[in-house]
Amino acid sequence: MPTFFERRQLVTPGDLIAEGAYVAGENTYVEDNKIYASRIGIVEYENKKVNVVALRAFYIPRMGDIVIGTVVEVGFNGWTVDINAPYQALLRASDVLSRPFKPQKDELSQVLDAGDLIVAKIIAYDRTHDPQLTVAEPGLGKITRGQIIKVTSTKIPRVIGRKGSMISMIKQETDCQIILGVNGVILITGKTPEDEELAMIAIRKIEEESHTSGLTDRITQMLKEEKAKREENKNESKN
Amino acid sequence: MSQKTEKLIDKKGLRLDGRKCDELRPIKIEVGVLSNADGSAYIEQGKNKILAAAFGPRELHPKHLALSDRMVLRCRYHMAPFSVQERKSPAPSRREIELSKVIRESLEPSIFLEQYPRTGIDIFVEVLQADGSTRCASIVAASLALADAGIPMRDLVVACSAGKVDDTIVMDLMDTEDKQGTADVPVALMPNLNAITLLQMDGTLTHEEFEKAVDLAIEGCQRIHAMQKEVLKAKYVGVKEEEVEE
Repeated sequence: MPTFFERRQLVTPGDLIAEGAYVAGENTYVEDNKIYASRIGIVEYENKKVNVVALRAFYIPRMGDIVIGTVVEVGFNGWTVDINAPYQALLRASDVLSRPFKPQKDELSQVLDAGDLIVAKIIAYDRTHDPQLTVAEPGLGKITRGQIIKVTSTKIPRVIGRKGSMISMIKQETDCQIILGVNGVILITGKTPEDEELAMIAIRKIEEESHTSGLTDRITQMLKEEKAKREENKNESKN
Repeated sequence: MSQKTEKLIDKKGLRLDGRKCDELRPIKIEVGVLSNADGSAYIEQGKNKILAAAFGPRELHPKHLALSDRMVLRCRYHMAPFSVQERKSPAPSRREIELSKVIRESLEPSIFLEQYPRTGIDIFVEVLQADGSTRCASIVAASLALADAGIPMRDLVVACSAGKVDDTIVMDLMDTEDKQGTADVPVALMPNLNAITLLQMDGTLTHEEFEKAVDLAIEGCQRIHAMQKEVLKAKYVGVKEEEVEE
């Protein structure tokens, strides 16, 4: 039962990772009792399970995911939403209005129009039907202010950090509210545009250096330095 | 072709550009060169210069083309008007339509098409400068673009040609050898699975010569595959080194 790559080694699609009594995990496939990589990524072993942490991937909807999407079309009884995935999501009118939808009375484009951004949760999805969204929960709904940045969806776990350490640190340091869409879209709302900008810089840095360790400490330090620099500039301009 | 003005292989056994019979042209590959595409690659093989871009999986338009049980792979091979000596009309020619199909079919077996039904993947191959065996170089670049887009694949696809020139079997034909030679055999391969996804022959060869040409093309594929892997990994090597330090 040999393995052909060590932990944290880089693989490309088609690389033979292991042979024999191993279980194929994420981004791998089995053929003739051999496990191959199906994406560019880093090998991780989890007991008998072989995973490849993908460096390049796209977002696939899953039930329960919180996503941030753009309304692309107002339909007869709902909206079509682009959630940065291979499939477009549907949001039903009755879900937003929280009462039965009456086509004679309700004008959907006055509630949500094409181009509006929403935070939503995926309530239903399988391979035969497009994902369905809901906004009928606290914290979900139309986005009215803040800034949006997009990162690769595979990097969202890095932005969250171990047990949420990274994200809570950024929230604290920049005094911003941050909502992470699992589809790689991040919403930042702060008290001032400067705070928002600071949080954006931090997230960009995480995206660039996502596969290095000790990242949380470095980001903390960077944010502190950046804040000190800004404070200085402010004092200078006052004098 | 009409006239043979010069010998394609000299007395020392060297070809017009000084290569040996089993030698590839110099190859340079880059990955992730286009920021607007989901994945992209650029290849220079001798005088060939080819760009490939991949999009998807995404919603397929027009929608009626979507299949309920698998993804649809679409491919467009196109030669720029300035890619050959005499201006080529930018409208798709018979040959380009055929090569689009050939490239698509050689890549199809490498992709898990059944994973994301009702969606589509688009591949655009743009030949900026052509110098023989462009279909092979296009396949190499297109496969890298797919990997760069993060599309789950069974294996990378590599391609290389071999052929008969002046009664000798040679690897990786260039334009003049293709036009004045007697035969051209392009081969596409999934090297780790050892499966051939494209095999064509243009010209006449005996059984023995054909087998020799296929073997030579496969050897070429293997060499290009090593470069493909190297290029893909090189993109992330910086990230890895940092990690080792800490």
